[in-house]
Amino acid sequence: MSVLVNKNSKIIVQGFTGSEGSFHAQQMIEYGTNLVGGVTPGKGGIRHLDRPVFNTVDQAVRTTGADVAIIFVPPAFAGDAIMEAADAGVGVIVCITEGIPTKDMMLAKEYLKGKNCRLIGPNCPGVITAEECKVGIMPGFIFKKGTVGIVSKSGTLTYEAVDQLTRAGLGQTTAIGIGGDPIIGTTTKEAVELLMNDPETEAIVMIGEIGGSMEADAARYIQESGNAKPVVGFIAGQTAPKGRRMGHAGAIIGGADDTAEAKMRIMRECGIHVADSPAVIGETMLIALGKK
Amino acid sequence: MNIHEYQAKSVLKKYGVRIQEGVVADTPDKAVEVARELSSQTGTKWFVVKSQIHAGGRGKGKIEGSEQRGVALAKSMEDVRTISKNILGKVLVTHQTGPEGKRVNKVLIAEDVYYPGPTEPKEYYLSILLDRAKNCNVIMASTEGGMDIEEVAEHTPEKIMKEWIDPRVGLQAFQARKVAFALGLEGDAFKEMVKFITALYRAYNESDSSMFEINPVLKTSDNKILAVDAKVNLDDNALFRHPELAEMRDTNEEDPLEVEAGANNLNYVKLDGNVGCMVNGAGLAMATMDIIKLSGGEPANFLDVGGGANATTVEAGFRIILKDPNVKAILINIFGGIVRCDRVAAGVVEAYKAIGEIPVPIIVRLQGTNAEEGARIINESGLKVYSAIEFKEAAVKVSEVLAELGL
Repeated sequence: MSVLVNKNSKIIVQGFTGSEGSFHAQQMIEYGTNLVGGVTPGKGGIRHLDRPVFNTVDQAVRTTGADVAIIFVPPAFAGDAIMEAADAGVGVIVCITEGIPTKDMMLAKEYLKGKNCRLIGPNCPGVITAEECKVGIMPGFIFKKGTVGIVSKSGTLTYEAVDQLTRAGLGQTTAIGIGGDPIIGTTTKEAVELLMNDPETEAIVMIGEIGGSMEADAARYIQESGNAKPVVGFIAGQTAPKGRRMGHAGAIIGGADDTAEAKMRIMRECGIHVADSPAVIGETMLIALGKK
Repeated sequence: MNIHEYQAKSVLKKYGVRIQEGVVADTPDKAVEVARELSSQTGTKWFVVKSQIHAGGRGKGKIEGSEQRGVALAKSMEDVRTISKNILGKVLVTHQTGPEGKRVNKVLIAEDVYYPGPTEPKEYYLSILLDRAKNCNVIMASTEGGMDIEEVAEHTPEKIMKEWIDPRVGLQAFQARKVAFALGLEGDAFKEMVKFITALYRAYNESDSSMFEINPVLKTSDNKILAVDAKVNLDDNALFRHPELAEMRDTNEEDPLEVEAGANNLNYVKLDGNVGCMVNGAGLAMATMDIIKLSGGEPANFLDVGGGANATTVEAGFRIILKDPNVKAILINIFGGIVRCDRVAAGVVEAYKAIGEIPVPIIVRLQGTNAEEGARIINESGLKVYSAIEFKEAAVKVSEVLAELGL
């Protein structure tokens, strides 16, 4: 099973021929991802990385049957790229682009309402199903097939968590990088829900950071759904000062409820195994699973 | 990006929002000159001298070493000169600046809008911001103008009304009416408020702002509605569309180290602690700050070197961190994914040698692609650098180093 992407997914790259798009497309192909082509307006008809290039997402989807799109286009055009993918009927849209204006994302997200698609990101590392399909920019070699699902707002902190899991002998199903922007396609709760409903996933790691209320919403959902699977949580930014943006556009403490402390308290109250230190995420999962 | 009150008001005015008129000055002479101009344009006899810094609480705040408030009423040209002289070039301390305060380089000389007339003047509160949970903008309004909105929210939340804006159609006329009625307005003042809210939302939307706070909005004694203060935050990601707004950036208001970091494409935020850190990725950078604290230190900064950690970025990072005299040790934490640890290690050694002797101990934790090779390069470099591979090891090393330093 796994969620969102697997070995049968057909992936296209938007912004295929650009430097970022080319580099990561090559890495995805090397991981074994079924990458069927790409889109660069004006370059339709050529071949790139031994795959066809199309002018529009619509053409790409009709020709290749692609059901997943990954976006590497610059911030000024990324909102448009998301809507183009949705219009073409792509089921899973992963947007890696960082720095998209909030207004553009607000409109793109509104445009997606009622359409049969799911957006992951933007400003995220992407989605990977271990040893099957990588739709993102994460280092593939740290992932091992297994039964732990991961949801995270961060890139390198996700790699850190995955690495700790793998070293602890715990493989993964799917890791979902939801992104660190104020407006994102899939929330922590929605991503956790996908993993809760996935029969292959037996436990979940949820990594959040200061700002917003998504981790608290997810925690309440986990409690309401009866804590069906053990969940380990960590919140980055325990030492972040109020009112300062910590790298990610969304990582800013506004009120009392979006501090790391408050989020960790709510997570604990909802029966989540909270790792106090980012160095013990793997260990906490072993304890949660009764293996330590 | 934050901008000054006088700049914020110019943005508002451009979109037809009525403001308390004023002109900015950077010397007492200039202040008097613009006050004369303002008097002839608006007929105002009194003036408000307002310190222009990026922090709230200016009215209650005091100039360091004196009783001069950051915002003061001037009833004559002589007052304008004296107050401007008391403020310009001095340090203003408010509850938002911290005890070190902020230097005031400009004052806004504004017209007096609290003049007597047929009705009592009354202050209101209006703000527009992104509601992250609903993915749309929200207008917040309150009759408790001039108050700190956090306090209103805490003690009398029923006095705050919210109106959410559908991104597809934007603010509708009925919504502006709803807000104006909720504020208890009628007659001319009501009509003025509807106009005010409509223009304000347009300004917010078209300038790609992320926050507008107008506190207070004033109903004058002759039923005009205008912005007495204006706090505007612009969406950094959208500044490429607004070169004229991007130019409003005042680097004097930012920490010099943060400005320097930005010029080197590093994302740096200065903090008050004793252990500096350099990390790739924002989430891991925050987690690294946390682990410094858990190891008995205090983080001196947030520093994300981004995806391409190499000798150049590491050197720039070192130079910036070392300019902070509080830094007693540095933790470098890189998770090598696409970027290889051996390259980063070589970069660290190269940067170290380029700088010369680095006076504080350095802990380098490299994990991911070629981590062992990276550790070997660090260990064999002969530099006073501790290496670690696991995150936990790095935490232990930080504790040990702090203990050795007697901290």
